[in-house]
Amino acid sequence: MVLRAVPEVVVVVTKYIFPLLLFAFLLPQTVLATILPEERVDMLYHKYDGGGVEIDGPSVLVRKNFADKVSVFANYYVDMVTSASIDVIATASPYTEERKEYSLGIDYLNDSTILSLSFTNSSESDYEADTIGVTASQDFFGGLSTLTMSFALGDDTVSQNGNDVFGEKDADRRRFSLGFTQILTPKFVVAFSAESVIDEGFLSNPYRQVRYFDSSSLRNCLCSYEEEEYPDTRNSDAFAIRAMYSLPWKASLRAEVRRYTDSWGIKANNAELRYAHAYKDNWLFEFRYRRTSQTQADFYQDVFSGPEAFTFRARDKELSTFNSNQFGIGITYKFEQQLLPGLERSTLNFYWDRFEFNYDNFRDTRTELPAGTEPLYSFEADVIRFYYSAWF
Amino acid sequence: MRLLSLFVFMLAATGCSNIEPWVKPYERDLLAEDIMLFERDPVSTRYMNHVYEAREAARGAEGSAGGGCGCN
Repeated sequence: MVLRAVPEVVVVVTKYIFPLLLFAFLLPQTVLATILPEERVDMLYHKYDGGGVEIDGPSVLVRKNFADKVSVFANYYVDMVTSASIDVIATASPYTEERKEYSLGIDYLNDSTILSLSFTNSSESDYEADTIGVTASQDFFGGLSTLTMSFALGDDTVSQNGNDVFGEKDADRRRFSLGFTQILTPKFVVAFSAESVIDEGFLSNPYRQVRYFDSSSLRNCLCSYEEEEYPDTRNSDAFAIRAMYSLPWKASLRAEVRRYTDSWGIKANNAELRYAHAYKDNWLFEFRYRRTSQTQADFYQDVFSGPEAFTFRARDKELSTFNSNQFGIGITYKFEQQLLPGLERSTLNFYWDRFEFNYDNFRDTRTELPAGTEPLYSFEADVIRFYYSAWF
Repeated sequence: MRLLSLFVFMLAATGCSNIEPWVKPYERDLLAEDIMLFERDPVSTRYMNHVYEAREAARGAEGSAGGGCGCN
């Protein structure tokens, strides 16, 4: 993994990082105690079920601190995938797959600064991804303000199961992010986030195909399929503002808006509202609504006019124009007594989210109708998180 | 951005940067409640961000660390 001095990096550093560093060091250093993340262990079971795709598995996170200066964490995560999604059944057979992910990280606290280093490896039969990340976080104004800067470098290797001729193709990913959190009043906190991502290399999905009109085709759709072709670079920018407000009856309201644009012509917006309500001493209820809308990539079409109609072409529903609604509910029970020696407290949590995806220009190919006349595709998905967290 | 840097520099140079924290530590008990955390449980948040990134084109500015995706 080699860091290259690409022009985009220089622009980001000179345009954003230097002024913010200047801002950081000129501010008064009247800082109270900056602390490391809490020592804890989390054991989570997750499940995604919708659109013909079922994914479940565990995630275990352990964090341990040393001498109030150093904190280390490890995360083990598994996705067990059974997929018969609409993308798959049009041109291929359902499949099963397993993805394992390991993350290791260390945080070092020095006065009011936390420096972090992390490494993540994600591995499946046809995709290998390594990511290394560094983060610097600085508190100001006696802890009222926090500035965070991160850089992550990803090195992905893509292959195709059952096709040795495909070989291995690389994709490099670089992520730059800035965060600024400000306590405004004893009841009100806001946070601003910005992140730029630069991808270079093989960014297509080797299994996905596009379709085009073909009157000589024997398919009912009178269409044929060919490989998709993505550009080999992608730059994106995302900006988000989040706010949290404490309500008088032991409850809180959280609002979020995010704006996204990229060099593929995609624009996306999402907004979210969460309400958290503490009940008696042990219960916590959370309700969430999230709305997303996005426009298609420049090179997306549901049906192309003919073979190789354009240099770049895609028919991934994730690159189409769509909107989605998400409704969620969460229940947390806090155990105040020590369940095991050494544990200060623990919680048992259950979260359920229902997603609705409605596509504006991605059609349902499961019907036997001519291409372009099928009904628009939509699907619902349920996401479950069930986990136990303990602090020690 | 250059103007902002210059403005901050001038503030510091003129001694106007000694802004006192206006929310005192003893006024932060509500902010310390777990319901006032933007994200309470990293393992849960990280999973939801993975779901979003796999189903949507948008990525970034989630407010927590990302990682390798492998979203074929």
